[in-house]
Amino acid sequence: MSDVVMKASDLRREYHMGGELVRAVRGVTLEIARGDYVAIVGPSGCGKSTLLNLLGGIDRPTTGSVTIEGSRIDQLSDAAATRFRLHHIGFVFQRFYLMPALTAIENIELPMAEAKIPRDKRVRRGRELLAYVGLEARYGHRPAQLSGGEQQRVAIARALANKPQLLLADEPTGELDAKTGTEMIELLAQVNRDGTTIVVVTHDEDLAGAAHRVVHMRDGVVVDDRRQR
Amino acid sequence: MLLRLAWATLTRHRSRTLLAILGVAVSAAMLLDMVMLSSGMRASFRTLLLSRGFQLRLAPKGTLPFDTDATIPDASGVMRVLRTIPGVTTVSPVLGGQLHIVRGARTIAATALGVDPAVQGDYEITQGRAPASPLELVASDDFLRASGARIGDTLSAASGYDAQLRSFSGQRVLTIVGRAHFLYMPAEQRAVAIPLATLQQMQPGPATQNRDHVSLFMVKAREGEPVDSVLRRIETALPRVSAISTETAMRQVDERLSYFRQLALILGAVSLAVGFLLVTTLVTVSVNERLGEIVVMRAIGVARGRIVLQIVIEGIAIMVSGALGGLGLGLVTARYLNSILASFPGLPAAIDFFLFEPHDAWFALGLLTVAGILAGIYPSWRGASLPIAVTLREEAVG
Repeated sequence: MSDVVMKASDLRREYHMGGELVRAVRGVTLEIARGDYVAIVGPSGCGKSTLLNLLGGIDRPTTGSVTIEGSRIDQLSDAAATRFRLHHIGFVFQRFYLMPALTAIENIELPMAEAKIPRDKRVRRGRELLAYVGLEARYGHRPAQLSGGEQQRVAIARALANKPQLLLADEPTGELDAKTGTEMIELLAQVNRDGTTIVVVTHDEDLAGAAHRVVHMRDGVVVDDRRQR
Repeated sequence: MLLRLAWATLTRHRSRTLLAILGVAVSAAMLLDMVMLSSGMRASFRTLLLSRGFQLRLAPKGTLPFDTDATIPDASGVMRVLRTIPGVTTVSPVLGGQLHIVRGARTIAATALGVDPAVQGDYEITQGRAPASPLELVASDDFLRASGARIGDTLSAASGYDAQLRSFSGQRVLTIVGRAHFLYMPAEQRAVAIPLATLQQMQPGPATQNRDHVSLFMVKAREGEPVDSVLRRIETALPRVSAISTETAMRQVDERLSYFRQLALILGAVSLAVGFLLVTTLVTVSVNERLGEIVVMRAIGVARGRIVLQIVIEGIAIMVSGALGGLGLGLVTARYLNSILASFPGLPAAIDFFLFEPHDAWFALGLLTVAGILAGIYPSWRGASLPIAVTLREEAVG
C-alpha cells in the first residue's frame, strides 16, 4: 500500500456564511494509498464533507494542495478539473442525484458519453455495471421507478462508468434503511476489493467499520487516523 | 446523449412543455402574420400593378389615377402623341363612370369602365368573350348576381338618372358578351366594361360637348427600355398629364400604408418579446428546479458548455415546435384577417394584406430560433456556473 494515489497537504477551506468567517477545514494533511478504503468520520459540521469536496476537486482550498495521480487538481482550471474528474474520480452522493428523466442505463452512460465512448461500448459496459450492482433487469427503469437502495446502486454504477482510480462517497447510506445500508456497505467493499480506492464520508459506524482506515475529524482538523486492517 | 437528455427533460413535464409550445405557437402565429402584413401588401400591390404589364399610368396633372373625377381632355390627341414617343409600345385609355341598368322595375348602379378591349389592362375574361362591337359589354360576377342577367342578355343602360323625374339620359341597349374579373375593383363591386367610345358618347351633356376625354392612360414600355426614361419623355411631350411609374406608385402606397407597416413592426416585436420571455421563464424555472442535477452533472465530469448546450437545445426545441405550430395557426388567422381587411373601402379585392412567402416563414422561424437560443443561454449558463460544493450543500439543506 505504498503507492500513493492522493495526497492532501495542509488543506484549509474558509468561507463566509451569514457575515461570519467559517473555517471548515483547518490544515488537513492526508495521504491515501492505491487500493485503500478510507472512512472519514466525525460529528456534523466538523468539515468532513468539505474535505471530501476538496479531495474531489469540486471545491477549491483556500490554501494547501491536492495531488491525485501526480496532478495538482487545486491548480487546474474549471474545465480541466471537470475533465479530470470525468476520467479519474467517481462520485456517490447521499441523495443519489440520478437524472430523473433518464433510465438506469442512460444514467450510467452519461459520463461515458461525455468521455466520447461509442454508444455500443457504453451500452455494453452499462449492462455489465448494472449486473455488477445486481440490477441487470432494471436497466430501462427511471429513478422514480427504483427504490432508494436501487438508486444508490445505479449511482455507484455511474461512478464506476469511466473506471476511475478513486471513488468518493458522501454519506452513501445516509438515506437508506438498515438492511439496504448493509447491502450498500457490502457493495462498496466489493468495489474496493476489485481495485478501486474508496474514500467515504459517513456517520454510519457499520460503513466506517468496513473501511481499512478511519480518519476522525473534529472542528476542521484530523484528530485521529487509524488503520483497522 | 445530449439530445436524449434534452428530450427526456422536456417530456418529463409534458403538460408544462405543451403549454409553453402552445404559447410560443400563438406568439409565432402573430409574428408570422405581422411579417406577412409588413411585406405582403406591398408585394401584392406591386404584383397587381404589373399583372398586365403596364409600367406607367398617366392621370390629369396633379392627381393620381382615379383619385378624383378629373379627366384628361383631347384623349385622341394625347394618344397620338404617346404613340410617337420612343419606347412606348402599348397605350390603353380608360374612362371611369357610372351606369344605371334598368332591370324591370329595378335600377342597378354599376361602375363602368370605358376601355379599348384589344389592349385593356383592367380585367380578365373568365367566361364568354371580350366586346367586339360598340354595344357589347362584359360584367363582373357581382353585377351579374345583382342584376340576375346572363351572358347573351341585353340590358338597357344609362349614364345619367334623375331620381326625382325618374328619367334616364345617355341610354343604350347593350349586350352582355362576357363575364370578367376586374383587377382593380374593390370586393363586391358591381362593374361593367364597355368600349371607350360608347361610354364617352353616353356621358351626359349637350350634343355639342366634346366628350373626347379619359380618366387615365396605361402605358407599356418596350422591354429593356428604362421606364424612367420613357416617363420623362412623356412628361416632356405632354405637360398636362402626370405620369407615374409602378415604382412611384409603390412609394405612394408605402407612404399611405406606413401605418400598417408600423403596426406590423410593433406587434411583431411584441410577439417576439412575448415568445422570448415565455421560453426564458420556462427555462429559468426548469433550471432552478434541477440545480442539484446540474451541479452533479458537473461533479461527475460533464463540461459546463455541454450542460448549457443541452438546456439551450430545450429552449430551441420549444421555440421551433411552437413556431411550426404557429405557422399553421398564422396562415389560418392571416386568411381570416385578410378577409376582414379586404373589405377596406376603395381597395382592390385582389390585394392581399397577408401574402405568404416562404422567406417570411423562414424569417419568422429564424427570429424565433435566435430568441430560443438567447432565452436558454442566460439561465443555463447561470445554472452551470454555480459553485458545485455550495449548491450541493444548499440542496441538501433545502
